[in-house]
Amino acid sequence: MWHFVSPNIVFGEDALRSLEELTGKRALVVTDNNLVRIGLAERVTSYLIKAGFKIQVFDKVEPDPTLQTVINGARAANEFKPDWIVGLGGGSPIDAAKAIWVLYERPDLQPAEINPFIKLGLREKSRLITIPTTSGTGAEATWGIVLTDAENQRKMGLGNRENVADIALVDPAMAAGMPPHLTADTGIDALTHAVEGFICTWHTDITDGLCLNAARDILQYLPQAYEASQSENPDQDHYKKAREKMHNAATSAGLGFGNAMASMAHAMGHTLGSIFHLPHGRAVGLFLPYTIEFTALHAPQRIEELAAALGIHSPKGKAGQALASCIREISRGVGLPGKIADAGVEEGEFNSHLDKLVDDAFNDTQMITAARTPSFQELEQLFNAVYHGQPVDF
Amino acid sequence: MKYKFPSDEWAKKLRELLNESDSYQRSAKDWEGDFIFVIEPDEAYPHTSYLHLELYHGSSPGAALVKEDELPETEFELKAPFSTWRKVIEGKLDPIQGMMTRQLKLKGDLMKIMRYPKAAQEIVSCCAKVPTEW
Repeated sequence: MWHFVSPNIVFGEDALRSLEELTGKRALVVTDNNLVRIGLAERVTSYLIKAGFKIQVFDKVEPDPTLQTVINGARAANEFKPDWIVGLGGGSPIDAAKAIWVLYERPDLQPAEINPFIKLGLREKSRLITIPTTSGTGAEATWGIVLTDAENQRKMGLGNRENVADIALVDPAMAAGMPPHLTADTGIDALTHAVEGFICTWHTDITDGLCLNAARDILQYLPQAYEASQSENPDQDHYKKAREKMHNAATSAGLGFGNAMASMAHAMGHTLGSIFHLPHGRAVGLFLPYTIEFTALHAPQRIEELAAALGIHSPKGKAGQALASCIREISRGVGLPGKIADAGVEEGEFNSHLDKLVDDAFNDTQMITAARTPSFQELEQLFNAVYHGQPVDF
Repeated sequence: MKYKFPSDEWAKKLRELLNESDSYQRSAKDWEGDFIFVIEPDEAYPHTSYLHLELYHGSSPGAALVKEDELPETEFELKAPFSTWRKVIEGKLDPIQGMMTRQLKLKGDLMKIMRYPKAAQEIVSCCAKVPTEW
């Protein structure tokens, strides 16, 4: 027995316009100050105002939102009393919006208490809309919430199936202005979701197709979307198509892995990102080819299936290396680092944090769904291999 | 040799395997909190049984089958019908998924459990290594 949860997904050109049809009185928009500055928040609020809403904008969400940020956001919600909460942004504002919504509905809970084993009883006061402005996190379609425990420099995997959004508005125009580095970081994040959603031990018949299709589209369209982000004429049809394909693929991958799980690359990326403050997508994408190689040595079946379905041909027993090589090529093409040493992490700093990196990754929730479970020593070896860009042959 | 589930011998074999597990010791090095596993009756097993598992800082100081009127106070209780336990021990049901779908009912500090998913996985992994007679 398992569940598949999904928002009502409104997608494609002008999806944002559907906000005009929304019924309600008060909307709290949870976002970051950059999206206010570049005018994306106003595009959303203008439709809501047309629909007759009173608006409040909470724009205090930082990258990797902390427990305190969502407590502050819940306080804003309690004062404003919205009947809709709108999460607008990349993964950070959307995850913050989910947590703020839960705490607004359930003021008896602390953020760290939002877990999948309890009944939350949401939707008594308000409902949630998610609007992604990047093509990567899939947070618009998932129930997971990642918050940062700033005190312990640790990311916390929280969430409950009930806190999946009611509506996700997946409008490619909202992500069309992403600069190159954001296009690359979020695109590789989406690829990591698709691949890990397919190879993790919690994959299902329902999620496999979503992950597979997303992986195929990302491999095909991420290079063009990256090119579009550098182009002086990004409105050419093929660029717009690439952007839209990436936007839809990110949501599909979110639905896929969000109803299965991610895996080792996420466990390791979470810990690296929280200590060295690397963007989430860059951190998890950095590990992906290495964890594929590691897994394929002892648990190759799902990787062989994925590589074959993606049309990546290889000699028998080499599917892991072939898939990893394909991902490395894509990453390199969009300017992403291939090893931790190239991601701005100084070796002495890395070594001084190695015990914590291994310890936290070993105890990350995403580690429990790894098709090949590493020992503590293997995990340390793997971190070192990724730091130096060495092949994984153990 | 096989150990009947649930029994005192089965619990003690689990304890032995936990204490031999480097992964468990690493992942639960700060853990404090005993468990009672409640095995509820169903069509395959007519009784309610209780296994007490002591857990402290990456090791298991003790484990035993206990009677209802001798149940110790524990921080956690994990309850499921016999057939569900069998699925978990045979690796057919992931315990975290079991808890998420309420097939396994957990009482205790859920936030604390969420911080130690790997340790929970290692306990089940050791359960699966006990040669079990059903």
